[in-house]
Amino acid sequence: MTQIRDTKTQIDSDIGIIATDVHKWYGNHFHVLRGVSLTVKRGEVVVIMGPSGSGKSTFIRTFNALEEFQKGSIIVDGINLSHDIKNIEAIRREVGMVFQQFNLFPHLSVLENVTLAPIWVRRWPKAKAEEIAMQLLERVGILEQAQKFPGQLSGGQQQRVAIARALAMQPKIMLFDEPTSALDPEMVREVLDVMRNLADSGMTMVVVTHEVGFAREVADRIVLMADGILVEEATPEEFFQNAKEERTRKFLSQIL
Amino acid sequence: MKTLENQQLSQPKITRITPKEWLQQNLFSTWYNSLLTIVLLAGISWGIYGFFKWAIAVAEWEVIKVNLPLFMVGRYPKDQYWRIWLIVGIISSFAGLSWGVIGRKAATLFTIPVLIVLGIISAISLLIPGAVPFKLLLILMVGLVVGNGWIGKQLGNKITTLGRWLSFGWFIAFLLILWLMLGGLGIKSVSTNDWGGLMLTIFMAVVSIFLSFPLGVLLALGRQSTLPVIKIFSIAYIEIFRGLPLISILFMGQIMIPLFLPEGMRPDRVLRAILGLTLFSSAYLAENVRGGLQSVPRGQIEAAKALGLNTPLVLALIVLPQALKVAIPSIVGQFISLFQDTTLLAIVGLVELLGMSRSILAQPQFLGDYAEVYLFNGILFWIICYAMSLGSRQLEKKLNTGH
Repeated sequence: MTQIRDTKTQIDSDIGIIATDVHKWYGNHFHVLRGVSLTVKRGEVVVIMGPSGSGKSTFIRTFNALEEFQKGSIIVDGINLSHDIKNIEAIRREVGMVFQQFNLFPHLSVLENVTLAPIWVRRWPKAKAEEIAMQLLERVGILEQAQKFPGQLSGGQQQRVAIARALAMQPKIMLFDEPTSALDPEMVREVLDVMRNLADSGMTMVVVTHEVGFAREVADRIVLMADGILVEEATPEEFFQNAKEERTRKFLSQIL
Repeated sequence: MKTLENQQLSQPKITRITPKEWLQQNLFSTWYNSLLTIVLLAGISWGIYGFFKWAIAVAEWEVIKVNLPLFMVGRYPKDQYWRIWLIVGIISSFAGLSWGVIGRKAATLFTIPVLIVLGIISAISLLIPGAVPFKLLLILMVGLVVGNGWIGKQLGNKITTLGRWLSFGWFIAFLLILWLMLGGLGIKSVSTNDWGGLMLTIFMAVVSIFLSFPLGVLLALGRQSTLPVIKIFSIAYIEIFRGLPLISILFMGQIMIPLFLPEGMRPDRVLRAILGLTLFSSAYLAENVRGGLQSVPRGQIEAAKALGLNTPLVLALIVLPQALKVAIPSIVGQFISLFQDTTLLAIVGLVELLGMSRSILAQPQFLGDYAEVYLFNGILFWIICYAMSLGSRQLEKKLNTGH
């Protein structure tokens, strides 16, 4: 089980996420995460790359406890991710997540999707939540569609709404789990542009993606995961020009 | 090139066929189709002719005409009928208001199908055998629906929170109706033993529906719970009540409970009937709702949790609205069969519509008028059940957000 650390441990205030030696098993035998450690500083953009099945999605999903882990520790925004449900909810309030399949709520309008959590979790008055939602929708370029339902939007528009929905909680950290993998090619750019602007505004971001261009331009650091371990951690230049590990070079030769 | 463009531009021809061509294509295309058409047509015409011949010449509708009050309200005291009319008035008004508020965004409430239905109801009200004041009251009820529909539309556009108050209003109206039916507190009290006919049928069905729905939802959620006690209890409840025939539950309620409990502590018969119907129906509803719950993708729950919503909020705001929407057709199907199942109470001695019909048929002057009475029963049941299924289709349409 998780090592229970003292949550009051003095944590450097400019650190967003510290994951130490995280292990996860599915059942008794399938060891998905085999001791992964990663530190994400505030304002930093970390891109996680790697072949499919390497555990990168599972890893990013442990940061907001959508996946449990059996060994190791994760501290997000100074809060130790234990099994305490209150801790988990506190972390989820501060961490936004964008999913591969958008996961917008189909029975709610775009505006209601964005205002739902601020109204019910942050307890903001409806008018305030809507005002901020409209600003965010304008920022992601969806303002005119506010009254429509998700089913009436294109994939790219839906993903931009999903980003606005996560931002509406005013999170300190944003997690992106393959945000462009389910999109038609011509819609990838509009989503990446929004993410690029977000990175420029200083948001702490952890992004699982296969978009080489985005990783090269936006990432502060790129990590490569394979078979449940963290193979390499490097700046974009190092990563793409002269990777230290053979595994990384093999991966790059396959995708470039 | 030019011809190609022309071809692309010209739309496929929509061929209009004359009725004669339609008949030839669909009913008389080959010699055996023609034969089938003629034989079936003859059979159907013979059936219709026989029915109308019976309905006009043979059938004795006197039994319906004389006993109409009994069919409708049973042995409810005659001098208290005004309370029933008041109840129908309250229901008509609230139904009208709700209709207006729900349709407030529409250009007009009075679309052609609505006008047709209103016309048919008004015509029936006028043509139905009975005294003039009775007909006028029926017309007044139609007027209440239409008038309140108009008011609801006007108010609904001005006060946007009216929808929320409306469900509260319905609840108050229900308490008011209960008081009017039971009496007491200043008006003459009427024992539930004197309730009967269609009134009792509708009362038991409506109350059972409103009680079994939340119970069914809770059981469905309980069945998926991670807490073993709740899960096992829910499964046991559902499987036990689905394995028992309704009639045996109703018998237990009507005959066995009085054996266990001393005189004076026995709950009212109508209450026991409602209890039996509710217990039975909620087990089936739970399974219908569970089907809906399983149709909600996992990603929906993950997205809601990732936003920081706690489990009750995830259920109430994200999972249930989507699950119930999917389950509407089967839920309404369950309600319709619950409504029809109330007839089983005739066997255990309640005088709801069917029970009342049986005692009317026992009157010496109407012995043997089975066909007339049961046809009348059938028509009433059909109208109400069809209205429920129409309503459910409207609800589905309204909730459709294109996904």
